[in-house]
Amino acid sequence: MITLERRPEPSRMWQALTPVLAVVLTMIAGGLLFALLGKDPFEAIRTIFWDPLFNPQFASYSRPQLLVKAAPLILIAIGLSLGFRAGIWNIGAEGQYIVGAICGAAVGLAFYPTEAIYIFPLMVLAGAIGGTLWAMIPAVLKIRFGTNEILVSLMLVYVAEQLLASMALGALRNPDGGGFPGSRNLQQYPSAANPELIAGTGAHWGVVAAFIAVIAAYVLLNKHLLGYQIKLTGQAPRAARFAGVRPNVLIALCLGISGGLAGLAGLFEVSGPAGQISIDFNSFYGFTAIIVAFLGRLHPIGILLAGLLMALTYIGGELAQFMLGIPSAAIQAFQGMLLFFLLGVDVLSNFRIRIKPKQVA
Amino acid sequence: MNLMKTLLGAVAAAAIGGAAMAEDPLKVGFIYVGPIGDGGWTYEHNKGRLAVEEHFGDAVETVFQESVPEGADAERAMTQMALSGADLIFTTSFGYMDPTINVAANFPDVKFEHATGYKRADNVSTYSARFYEGRAIQGHIAGKMTETNKIGYIASFPIPEVIRGINSAYIHASRVNPDVEFNIVWAYTWFDPAKEADAANALIEQGADVILQHTDSTAPLAAAQAKGGVIGFGQASDMSEYAPFPRVSSIIDDWAPYYIARVQAVMDGTWESTDTWDGIGPGMVAIGEITDAVPAEVAEEAMAMKEALADGSYHAFTGPINKQDGTVWLAEGETADDGTLAGMDFYVEGITAEIPN
Repeated sequence: MITLERRPEPSRMWQALTPVLAVVLTMIAGGLLFALLGKDPFEAIRTIFWDPLFNPQFASYSRPQLLVKAAPLILIAIGLSLGFRAGIWNIGAEGQYIVGAICGAAVGLAFYPTEAIYIFPLMVLAGAIGGTLWAMIPAVLKIRFGTNEILVSLMLVYVAEQLLASMALGALRNPDGGGFPGSRNLQQYPSAANPELIAGTGAHWGVVAAFIAVIAAYVLLNKHLLGYQIKLTGQAPRAARFAGVRPNVLIALCLGISGGLAGLAGLFEVSGPAGQISIDFNSFYGFTAIIVAFLGRLHPIGILLAGLLMALTYIGGELAQFMLGIPSAAIQAFQGMLLFFLLGVDVLSNFRIRIKPKQVA
Repeated sequence: MNLMKTLLGAVAAAAIGGAAMAEDPLKVGFIYVGPIGDGGWTYEHNKGRLAVEEHFGDAVETVFQESVPEGADAERAMTQMALSGADLIFTTSFGYMDPTINVAANFPDVKFEHATGYKRADNVSTYSARFYEGRAIQGHIAGKMTETNKIGYIASFPIPEVIRGINSAYIHASRVNPDVEFNIVWAYTWFDPAKEADAANALIEQGADVILQHTDSTAPLAAAQAKGGVIGFGQASDMSEYAPFPRVSSIIDDWAPYYIARVQAVMDGTWESTDTWDGIGPGMVAIGEITDAVPAEVAEEAMAMKEALADGSYHAFTGPINKQDGTVWLAEGETADDGTLAGMDFYVEGITAEIPN
């Protein structure tokens, strides 16, 4: 009979191995799914994981796109991971991402058509502040009234979506757009644009910010008192209190930082790849980043790799859709499997599998 | 002799090469905003794609990508499709406008066709259908059929195309029933069955017994069926699985002739950037069968209006029509010009709601 025995400490080896195992299991189960749909599973897996990187027809375009797609995911996930480590659950990064984009774009559009070097830095600042303030709503409510930050931050996503629609139709609507919703295109306004910094690399300021965030989070968690407090609070909340951690400060900091980073991601997206505030500007980066944070084991380097992997499944998934005619729902199911298997095999890090002889009653 | 052989061989090789070039199928790509199984908008575009395949056989290869979000992702989807060797790409939603223009600039040899937009370039055409002609017929039937005098309207996004539809339906409903009231809900989506069902239920609870929809799923019809005594119309597709009741008629988008013509133009080398806006007359908009649930007399009037719209003897926006604020828009007998219709951002007199902004 198979039993599970809790390990005294999560196994370090399995913690490192399970993400790899989850990816392999996803490939197998996904391959079965594609085979059931009548597609060649090997070709499908190759199209998703290999072609964006190495197919001569696409790679020169897809590889830079990987950075474009991964950057917001990594930036948001890094922020979320800090809170998740401390047991503070910001589920509403999508809303903070939207509000950051709105605030940043609004600042840029307010200066239109002035050309000046200080406009973009101001937009970055506004994006970060916007995201932070939106995240402070669940923080303050939790600190003052003990509300559940999961619910409040999630509900605020829907509020942010309505705000986004209203901005695209009203205050930020392009006055030269013939009555159509959507703001001016920031890509066409040099002082507010977030262009590719080196042609052909895909790297815009958001990519730079994502890498800085990874390094900063790494240093914070390993070298800084705050990082120690975050980890301690997550592992032993009572001990953390004795060690002088002030939980309210930690709540405000974790939600504030994750909101700020999500807001930055929104700003870099709206001024770069997306170009404009439109009704459906948000594309689930805030929610996908939760998967990325866990796929990366809440570790900065892990998140960097997980973000790139997630981006790969998006871009490769798109290729598979029109090259092989795989339905988009199957691609989404494939991505869902990744999280499912990751959580599923997690049991191996925390438990030991024992095979015991059946006991006679 | 040897020289002769070599020359002949070279000519033969060139001929074979030329033939191979000619047989290389034209690659036609489609970018869809919803899933191909939405039963409405994307379903009909995909039917157009299948018609292209059937018409040209091995001379074309079609590819498509469904559920592409209208933002940065759309640009990537189009670029990858162009990189894969597509010669002609149809981008089938309003929100693909800027991405289409951006990508087209990078691929001057690829032809693009953007549905329902207004930005064109040397290699970007636009095309749309005069759905508002179908709305006029719907409005007429709705105005005659409603008993509560309340008509619910599930709108998607406040863009001119949708506002035009609301105005056209209202004008024709209120002409046959001056007491009619329009209750408009903005769903901010083209396709979201859950949201559309919620909107339909809310409208029905507020007393609407006719539901008009400018969203693409069959969910509003399903809600009407569940409630009973409420009628609706197929949107973009016939949705005949809900006939004869609650679906009493439909507006069908028939893209097949246009798609076939444009593919042919690329093959012939005659493709040019154009702006196409066709209605019932050329067959881009079709009216689905009016079922027995509609009184024969009303159905006859509706069919007569359809004929008049088709042959051009009647325009769906014929004055006198005032704007919502009471100012005159069209004088007696005057018809709307396409420019005003294309950018329509106002309601006509009688609609009590406000366009969100």
